[in-house]
Amino acid sequence: MKFFFRIIPKLLIILFFSNSALSSESEFEKVLTDNFKLITKSSSKTVEPVIEKLLNSNFSKVEEFLKFWKSKKLIFTKKTKVIATLKQKNELGYELIQFSNNKNLGYFKKKEFKSIKPNSGVRSKISNALIGFQLQSKDANTRSKSLETLARNFNPKYLKPLKNTIEKETDSKIKKRMSELLVFGTIKYSTSVKDKIASLNTLRGNLSIEARGVIASLLRSKVYVGDVKPNLPNLARIIVPEETIKNMDGSSSKPIFNFNRKPEISKQDAIELLIKAKFLKDFISPSRRDEILEQNIIKGKIEGVPVGKLITDEERIKTYNLLVKSNKALPLKTTEEINEIIKKHFFYAVYEEKSGEVINIAKKIFNNTNYKVNFYKYLDLILDGLSLASIYFLGAIGLAITFGVMRVINMAHGEFIMMGAYTGYVVQLFIPNHTVSLIIAFPLAFFVTFFAGVTLERLVIRHLYKNPLDTLLATFGVSIALQQIAKNIFGTQARPLTSPEWLDGALVVNDVLSISLIRIAIFALGIIFLILLLIVMNKTRLGLETKAVTQNPMMASSMGINPDRINMLTFGFGSGIAGIAGVAIGLFSKVTSELGSDYIVQSFMTVVVGGVGNIWGTLAGATMIGMLQKLIEWFNPSNTLAAQTYMIIFIILFIQFRPKGIIALKGRAAED
Amino acid sequence: MKSSYLQKLNSRSSFFWVSAIILFLTLCMILLSEAYGLNLVSTSFTKVLGKTLCLCIVALAMDLVWGYCGILSLGHFAFFGLGGYMIGMWLMFERTKNIVIDSTKNNVLPLTETEINEAVGTQIFGVVGGAEIPSIWLFADSLLIHILLVFLVPGVLAYVFGWLAFRSRVTGVYLSILTQAMTLALSLYLFQNDSGLRGNNGLSGLQNIPNLESFSQAELSIWFLVASGLALITTYYVSNLIVKSKLGNIITGIRDNETRIRFLGYKVESYKLFIFVLTAVISGVAGALYYPQAGIINPAELAPIASIYLAVWVAIGGRGYLYGAVIGAAFVSLASSFFTGGQIPNFNFGIFTLNWVDWWVVILGLTFVLTTLYAPKGIGGLIEKIFRDKEL
Repeated sequence: MKFFFRIIPKLLIILFFSNSALSSESEFEKVLTDNFKLITKSSSKTVEPVIEKLLNSNFSKVEEFLKFWKSKKLIFTKKTKVIATLKQKNELGYELIQFSNNKNLGYFKKKEFKSIKPNSGVRSKISNALIGFQLQSKDANTRSKSLETLARNFNPKYLKPLKNTIEKETDSKIKKRMSELLVFGTIKYSTSVKDKIASLNTLRGNLSIEARGVIASLLRSKVYVGDVKPNLPNLARIIVPEETIKNMDGSSSKPIFNFNRKPEISKQDAIELLIKAKFLKDFISPSRRDEILEQNIIKGKIEGVPVGKLITDEERIKTYNLLVKSNKALPLKTTEEINEIIKKHFFYAVYEEKSGEVINIAKKIFNNTNYKVNFYKYLDLILDGLSLASIYFLGAIGLAITFGVMRVINMAHGEFIMMGAYTGYVVQLFIPNHTVSLIIAFPLAFFVTFFAGVTLERLVIRHLYKNPLDTLLATFGVSIALQQIAKNIFGTQARPLTSPEWLDGALVVNDVLSISLIRIAIFALGIIFLILLLIVMNKTRLGLETKAVTQNPMMASSMGINPDRINMLTFGFGSGIAGIAGVAIGLFSKVTSELGSDYIVQSFMTVVVGGVGNIWGTLAGATMIGMLQKLIEWFNPSNTLAAQTYMIIFIILFIQFRPKGIIALKGRAAED
Repeated sequence: MKSSYLQKLNSRSSFFWVSAIILFLTLCMILLSEAYGLNLVSTSFTKVLGKTLCLCIVALAMDLVWGYCGILSLGHFAFFGLGGYMIGMWLMFERTKNIVIDSTKNNVLPLTETEINEAVGTQIFGVVGGAEIPSIWLFADSLLIHILLVFLVPGVLAYVFGWLAFRSRVTGVYLSILTQAMTLALSLYLFQNDSGLRGNNGLSGLQNIPNLESFSQAELSIWFLVASGLALITTYYVSNLIVKSKLGNIITGIRDNETRIRFLGYKVESYKLFIFVLTAVISGVAGALYYPQAGIINPAELAPIASIYLAVWVAIGGRGYLYGAVIGAAFVSLASSFFTGGQIPNFNFGIFTLNWVDWWVVILGLTFVLTTLYAPKGIGGLIEKIFRDKEL
């Protein structure tokens, strides 16, 4: 008994289907004959209803038909007007088979039939129609591919097939994407307010760009002008020309202070809108006025006024009014009149979406999402500031030793950074593996710049310890020479210092916030340097001896420290660190001979602002400068140059109030 | 001891040097005018000479502020550039305006002021995607105001900056770095497109003097040479007057021991500020004379490196000697353009070919290092030594 109950529905289904198959075949055939011309001589403008009808016929071979049509395999006979496919070609001629029922039509001569060749516009329409079938394909790859094509040009027609296929979908990933697209599609195209609201509610808190785009598209609006106060459920905003600005959710507001924001509609725009809507008739614009004036020139004069006199607007208006008086032109509208007309009319924007309910919910979600997006943007700003700070810290850390601790002004410090970066580049030329080359480049860069530093100290700086201004000058000379030498060796074009692949990615938090790994690496490197430096300066013999020598060289040497040696080693150490920093800096910016000079002023600023002679001060200085620069950039994101300018001005002012920097040394070490 | 001897030399030789320069210039003038008839000297050479004289003026200013007052300013070339920008604005505006008026001569209606300004705006600011004339060009049609601005803008900037810096007693290398930062800020600011000064395109076509189109470039270049020469002589006289006066004594005193001068009751800040502003104004004027001869100015000219080169000239010429600065600037800048001009044949060492264009800057840099190390008084010191030997 049970068996029967189970089998009866199945039997019924089979019966029903075979039945429907029969009827659909005839229907399909009917569509073909009815639209024969449209199919054989198709154009992208007329083909859509035909495809629609074909799909509606529910015939099992529709998909095959569309595929054949698209790939230009369909043929029609000229006499009998039957759509067929080619079976084979032999000495008897071409053997054709009717498409709909596989009836063999016999042999034809080449002149008796013609193949159907749809153009590219038609083909794309057909492939759109095929998506519905591809969504049900057994191959998951085809399904997800067709899903993405669908996402790119979503069409209200897809809503139904999409809805139908979701339940059958087995792959959870594809299923998720399908329901996502269904939600977007419903919001965009559904006619039922209920469905729309339900779909909208699923987007709450969704930060993806697609979801935000869909909601923003709901809040799109158009500007109108009218003479009565608008009372519409989907009214977006009332616009006051020259006053209100457009908010992101489509509403309007009067700004308290106009910082870089123009009003949505200027007076000129308002006049144009009024003319377009025919509320303002017979308006004579200045250019039209001048045209009329030109038309009325008689022997170099207009109404007795010589043309040469018309070099101001006032004169032109006066002369024009003379024309008006003698009935040769329409009167001009005065500014007051125009203002009056603008005031009398209502400018407003209307959402494209009709339902007020949907708009309200969309607005709520939009504002809520925007709030979250802004939060992550602020977070991103802070992280950006931190990574810039770590770059400045890297640039300045060598200086913190040579300038901060030893008080040697080394203007060639930037060139040591450059040398480090070029060392990294050269190592990469020999060792193609980026990870290995980087591991080698860091110590190598240290040694190269260490020896460069020691050489500079021995040859030049040693003689000038008592005269810092001369040190500055001499190292300027070194800096100019080193830069030019680098230019001569490596050329003026930028050299790449490629980071290893594992540093290429980004840590993706969500659609708004992602942190590139290189930024994290630079930050980590900054911290490692800080710790290393603190240990070296406070815990090692070299560090302590350096402090002793800088504070009191006489006393230090009487205690058995060789000041010459210590100065040399400390300067070398500071220079070596600049070399390592150079490799790191080269990883994210192009290596050129000017790399160092780009950083030198900022690096000195960092040390001075932070407080000379203190590594923590350098850290504080770098953090402050980096953060502030990003903050200034945020106010005017298109203009990083202006941000740098204001940053430097800020530093100059800051030094006025804290000449010794953020962390000033106290006690004996503070004395210059 | 040292400074008194220096003064003696300066006072005695100043007349000689100034006369020498005048003589040299007159000779040049006669030679050049004659040469024009015979086509011996090219216009570009006259321009190089004129430009070099302007560089000598700014070097004099640098010597006053650095060699005598001890302020190693790395911003005086920025003042020089600012002066150039100020005069360049008028030159460019007036010229474009003339062109606009000229090209619309056949219009039925003459253009109104606003129409002219719109056309000029699109002509000048089209390259930076603008059409409106920024508000800083408000007086661009008035030569008088812009000549005033050549004095005022560098002067006010120097005053504000100097007041801030000297007030908080920033001295020595810190001051140098601060002035360098100021220069960097200024050039970065000018580099952006919405600075209102055409961003990195700068101002161009400055060699065409509006309303003087009837004169040829050759004639104009001679007049500019004369003007630059006169400006140099005036500057030299003024500088010499300052250096010889009591004011000069005080500022050299500040250079040698600032604290002592302060304890003697002098307001060190005011003296420094005076010299700083005065030299900035001189630099601005020099720039205003230089750029009409150069024809183009862009923010790269104001970059910190330019001010460093200025210090190099003065150091090689000899700081603390007015004639040293003039000689240094003339010698090094002429040599630079000579060596980097590509006229000198490459020098073959066998294994290595010395390409002057590439290696000149390296040689210059190292010369500078050597000068600082072994001849801190530069060429001026050398001349002084020769004079002293003769006297003994």
